[in-house]
Amino acid sequence: MHDNVFDRYQPHDSLLHRLDPRVKILVTILFILSNILLPDGAWLAFGLGWCFILLGNLLAEVGVGYTLRRSLLALMFSLATVTTIFSIPGNALTTLHLGNISLVATDAGVLRFVSIMLRAWLSVQGAVLLVVTTRFPDLIHALEHLFMPKILVTIIAFLYRYLFVLTDEVMRMMRARQSRSASIPNVHGGGSLPWRVHVSGGMVGQLFLRSYERSDRIYNAMLARGYTGQIRTLFSHVMLRKDWFFMFLACLSLVALQFIGRIH
Amino acid sequence: MPIVHPTTPHFRPPDPQENVLQIEDLNFVYPDGHQALQDICLSMKAGEKVALVGPNGAGKSTLLLHMNGILAGTGRITIGGLPLLKENLPTIRGMVGLVFQNPDDQLFSPTVFEDVAFGPLHMGLPEEEVRARVTSALQQVRMEGYRDHLSHHLSMGEKKRIAIATVLCMQPHVLVLDEPSSGLDPRARRTLINLLRELPVSMLVSTHDMALVSQLFERMVIMDEGRIVADGNTHALMADESLLQAHGLERP
Amino acid sequence: MLHSPAVMHIPDGFLSLGVSITCWLITIFILALVLNHINRNFNERQIPLMGVMAAFIFAAQMINFPVAGGTSGHLLGGTLAAILLGPWAAMLVMTAVMAVQGLLFQDGGLLAMGANILNMGLLTVTVSYGFYRMVQGRSKTSRLVMAGSAAWLAVMTGALSTALQLWLSGTVQLDLVVPAMLGVHALIGLGEAFITVTTLAFIFRTRPDLLDGKTQTRGSRGWVLAGLSISLLVVILSPLASVSPDGLERVALQLGFLNSAQASKYKLLPNYSLSFLGQTSLSTILAGLLGLLIVTGMVIILARSLRRKGK
Repeated sequence: MHDNVFDRYQPHDSLLHRLDPRVKILVTILFILSNILLPDGAWLAFGLGWCFILLGNLLAEVGVGYTLRRSLLALMFSLATVTTIFSIPGNALTTLHLGNISLVATDAGVLRFVSIMLRAWLSVQGAVLLVVTTRFPDLIHALEHLFMPKILVTIIAFLYRYLFVLTDEVMRMMRARQSRSASIPNVHGGGSLPWRVHVSGGMVGQLFLRSYERSDRIYNAMLARGYTGQIRTLFSHVMLRKDWFFMFLACLSLVALQFIGRIH
Repeated sequence: MPIVHPTTPHFRPPDPQENVLQIEDLNFVYPDGHQALQDICLSMKAGEKVALVGPNGAGKSTLLLHMNGILAGTGRITIGGLPLLKENLPTIRGMVGLVFQNPDDQLFSPTVFEDVAFGPLHMGLPEEEVRARVTSALQQVRMEGYRDHLSHHLSMGEKKRIAIATVLCMQPHVLVLDEPSSGLDPRARRTLINLLRELPVSMLVSTHDMALVSQLFERMVIMDEGRIVADGNTHALMADESLLQAHGLERP
Repeated sequence: MLHSPAVMHIPDGFLSLGVSITCWLITIFILALVLNHINRNFNERQIPLMGVMAAFIFAAQMINFPVAGGTSGHLLGGTLAAILLGPWAAMLVMTAVMAVQGLLFQDGGLLAMGANILNMGLLTVTVSYGFYRMVQGRSKTSRLVMAGSAAWLAVMTGALSTALQLWLSGTVQLDLVVPAMLGVHALIGLGEAFITVTTLAFIFRTRPDLLDGKTQTRGSRGWVLAGLSISLLVVILSPLASVSPDGLERVALQLGFLNSAQASKYKLLPNYSLSFLGQTSLSTILAGLLGLLIVTGMVIILARSLRRKGK
């Protein structure tokens, strides 16, 4: 009954899978940075960025449309950004009338809006490629080498380890609650809102107590294995020639992208 | 006969002529492609107590989760004459009392009283009725004195009994239990056996505890690899050693 | 279902480079302080505790309560973490949660993570703890009431800082986004307040020893000051941003937060105003304070009814 709903990671043995995770993280961040630095309306550069993503999909052996299907953007932010269409001064395209307010859509506004959407869309796909080709433990290990504080890395590792256990418990709790959420025909049921919040609060509280007591047992188990407060991990990532080469190639492409984005 | 409180005019009392549970051609495939249930056909009369046994992975828990609509496969399920369809689910949940294996998942209120009262409260019953049902349910599981206890501080055996009480107070037509005796010490187990013996409710119980089965259940259903491979008199089936061995079971 | 409820996880592409980097710098600075404190008072027991608590917050965000017509409310958790774990551990825990949400689920961008951690992890914990600390050791009712108010304020604080960051990036128009964000999150904040209070009430009844002040921290006056000043800023800035955005814009231009190319032209909407809040800055600030009082009142009523049930 355990879906791997939580793991975007797809085990393949592709080119991208075999790269050092540090390189993948850095290249993803540089890609996102490049997107942000590209000026509004740099269509050719955005298009090339999209080609990079498609290439990435192919190299990762997940099929060309993989990241596309997983690139839904936060609707709320997209809606909020729509306002830029009306607020950037430029040549008026059309006017919208809402009551006694008139909103003027400008070309610069549309340019800005579409550019923001493209940047966000490309960036999220880059992030998806990162997790699809990298196991999470490798990812956080790489972060440790990229100067993330050890204690934070450890907490994240624990989070990942117990995430599935706890979310499983939550699912079972909600299932149990659902099983007792019955109603009789013609009788208004469901309880009042404060009561429902009360019940949910109880569930959160229960989960907290069980998690707290679980951490006691984990601590004891760690003590039994010689834990004295230092978390030690094995260094297993070595930068190979192909990693350096990929890094170099990626940086070169992104710099070229920046130039292409600025030519008129 | 199940207990019916006279002041609930809208509650549909179970009809002794009808099957309390009827499953026809139930199939279920998990999202990852694994066929968990295949051509399941099962029916239970009112008042029957049936044990569901089989090795791990046979699909017992999966089958139980179909009883109140948590999982939905293809096929027909009827509870007390009411077909299990999406629009009927809220009513069905009142007719099928599903008790999960881990009582901690089911006790989410601070006190025992609140946990047991959740079901009737959700159904929208009046306060007096709720109190009466809670008292009656606690009596049935022999935990009257525990009304104001904190669920968190109870022992495993006590929690299991409270979990049963939380569904009994909804006056279900059929009680469905998943591994009720697992994790219990001998004394708690004996208390549970006596409790189940005395409850006048129809029951479908999934368990590994073959001793429990031989003591309490006249009828036994054996499942393996998603299918029902045997359904009949407990003692007759238990006498068939080769059958038991073939499906990972042992005599008590 | 997996994600936290508030719509505050900013994806990449919506924040300008300047804003992203500034937020990262602030976040890193605060985290450095946190780590310094934790290392100085190192207790090895804390590590597995914080780890599991991070998983707890993550999982708890999945628990829902139906509100109306198919929508349901969820927990964000910053206030709960602050009260249960103390401010330092809470900030670290929330940071871990944000990091995993961003990395694993693309809930929030990578470059934008500094801002997201700041908004939903650091600011919420600071405001929450600052308020709660004022009533530590007092009666259960006052603690529950404070926790509820703190939760609401924390959500509003996160919403406002998100809105401001988006505005400073030139992504949204201030006088539209602030009322929208604050309006939506005023409701989400209510849900957060109620569920935080009911969770704490449950813990009070089952394991009150976990709330007795083991997570007390020295220098509490500093926290209270921080919490109160941030809240005051929120109360003042919110209505100002909604009603007189040019005022805010002028200040931002002077202080160098905005360059003139980014400043949107509010003259496009000359008659736009929030009539229900009134026309003057003072009345809108009063409206904010009134809102806070109303929430406090509701939480008092809820806390009282919970206490009666407890008897």
